[in-house]
Amino acid sequence: MAEPQAAELVFDHATKRYGDAGDLAVDHLSLTVPAGEICVLVGPSGGGKTTALKLINRLIPLTDGDIRIDGVSINDQDVTQLRRGIGYVIQNVGLFPHQTVEANIGTVPRLYGRDKRWIRARAAELLELVGLDQSYAKRYPGSLSGGQRQRVGLARAIAANPPLLLMDEPFSAIDPIVRARLQDEFLRLQHEVRKTVVFVTHDVDEAIKIGDRIAILREGGKLAQYATPQEILEHPTDDFVAEFVGKDRALKALALRTLDTMPLRRETGDGPRAEKTTTLRDALSLLMTERAQTLVVTDGGQPIGSVTREDILQ
Amino acid sequence: MIVAGGPVIPNFGSGSKCETTGGWWCTDWLRSHWGDTLQPALVQHVELSLLAIAIGFVLALGLALVGYRFRLLDGPIGAFSDFLYTIPSLALFQLLVPITGLTETTVEIALVSYTLLILYRNMVAGLQNVPPEALESARGMGLTPLQMFLRVELPLAVPTIVAGLRIATVSTISIATVAAFVIPKGLGRPIFIALQQDLFKTEIIAAGGLCIALALAADILLVFVQRALTPWSRA
Repeated sequence: MAEPQAAELVFDHATKRYGDAGDLAVDHLSLTVPAGEICVLVGPSGGGKTTALKLINRLIPLTDGDIRIDGVSINDQDVTQLRRGIGYVIQNVGLFPHQTVEANIGTVPRLYGRDKRWIRARAAELLELVGLDQSYAKRYPGSLSGGQRQRVGLARAIAANPPLLLMDEPFSAIDPIVRARLQDEFLRLQHEVRKTVVFVTHDVDEAIKIGDRIAILREGGKLAQYATPQEILEHPTDDFVAEFVGKDRALKALALRTLDTMPLRRETGDGPRAEKTTTLRDALSLLMTERAQTLVVTDGGQPIGSVTREDILQ
Repeated sequence: MIVAGGPVIPNFGSGSKCETTGGWWCTDWLRSHWGDTLQPALVQHVELSLLAIAIGFVLALGLALVGYRFRLLDGPIGAFSDFLYTIPSLALFQLLVPITGLTETTVEIALVSYTLLILYRNMVAGLQNVPPEALESARGMGLTPLQMFLRVELPLAVPTIVAGLRIATVSTISIATVAAFVIPKGLGRPIFIALQQDLFKTEIIAAGGLCIALALAADILLVFVQRALTPWSRA
C-alpha cells in the first residue's frame, strides 16, 4: 500500500474540560510520539488516559490546544476520514456480532470501496498475522473466546493499514495467561508492521512491557512523566511516579535489561550458567537460588564471560 | 350494536341430518361449503391481516426511528400506542364507523392501531439494546451515522423486531375475526353467522380452527424468516 506506514503524533497543550467551569480531564498535555513507536498512557483512574486517547480520533472533542498527526491538525480533517485513517481497538473489542470475522475485518476497507475479493485476501493475510486459523474467517464473533476476539479486533484495526493505532485497554478483560501471550504477540506484530501506537492501560507492568515510551498521567489529567520505561524506573520525577511504578521498581528495571548489555568479566570459571539474552532480574534470581557470587554468561552454550552479583546490583 | 350489511351467505337449505340436528362436527357440511364459505373467508382474512401488519410495520418503524433518535419523544409515542392498544376493538369500531363507515378502512385502522404498540416497543427496544461497544467501535472506525444505522444498529435490532412482528402477527390474525361486525369479510364472518344460526358448531369450529392454524403457520414462517435474517444469532 502507498499509505505511510507510521505517523508522528503530537499533543500540543491538548486540553479537555467538561462544562464551562468543569473539571479538567486532560490538562495541557504536550508530548510527541515518534513515528513507529508505542506510547503507553498509564495512570490511576481519573487520570484522563482514555479521554486523551479519544481526543485523537475526536470521539471526544478538544476544548483547547491541538493534536497533530504528521503535522496536520485533527480538526483540519473530515471526522470520518480522520477516523478511517486511525486503527481503533477497545477493551470489549466491539466486534459486530452479526458479521463474520472476515466481514468485521473488512469494515474499514469496505468504507474505502474495496471489493469482496480484496477483503477476503486481506482477511486471510491478517488472520495469519494475528495467529488465527483461516477457518475463523467465516465464523461469527459469538463463537470466539475473549482472546480470539481481541486478535480479530486487532486485525480489524489494521486492515486498512492505518499509520496510527489507538488501543484502549485492549487486554484488560482477558485472563492473565492469555493476556501475557497477547502482549508478546502484539509486540511481535508491531515489530512487523511498525505503526505508531497509543496504548492505554492502568497496569504499570503492562506499560513497562509494551511501551517504547510511557506517559504517566495523574488525577486531573496532568502529565507526571514522559520517558522510556528504563528512565521512569530509574529516575522517577517525583514521589507520585515512584509510588505509581511500585516499590519494586529497581527489580522491574533489572527485568528490562539483558546480560549482553553488561560489561562482562573475562574469567569464566565455575558457577551457574545463563544465556546472554537472560534478563538481569532472572540472572540475579539465579545467583540467589544457587547461592553463588559469579554467573557464567554463555552465547549458544559457549562461555563468553561472567558477571558478579555486585555488577548486576550496580 | 352494529351489524354488517350485505347478503348473508345462504349456507342452509340443503342441510344433512347432522346439520339440522346441530351435531358437533359435520364433515359433509365442510366438504360442500369449503369453496363458497371457508376458503374465501380464509383468503380475506389473510388479506385483512397482511395489510394491517404491513401498514403497522411501516408506521411503527417510522415512529421507532423518531423515538430512538429523540429519546424525549419515546415516552409520548409509547404512551399513545399504549392508549390505542387499550381501546376495546368493538368500541373502536363504534367510534370509527361514523367517520369512515362500514368499510375496510374502519377495520384496517383498528387492526393497525393494535399492531403499533407491540411493533413500536420492540423496535425501540431492539435499537436501544445494540451493544454500546459495537457502536463505539463503529464510530471510531469512521462509519457515518447513516452507515452505523444501516450496517450496525438495524441488523442487530432484527431479532427483537421480528419477535415483535411475530406477536403482532398472531394477535392481528386473532383480532381480525372481529372485522365481521363491520364488513362481511374474514374468518369472523362464518363464525358470526353460525352464532346467529342456533350455534352451528361445525362452522364455528372450522372457522375458528382455520384462524388458529393461520396464526400458527404465520408464526412458524416468521421463525424461518428470522433464522434466515440472523444466521449469527445461532453462533
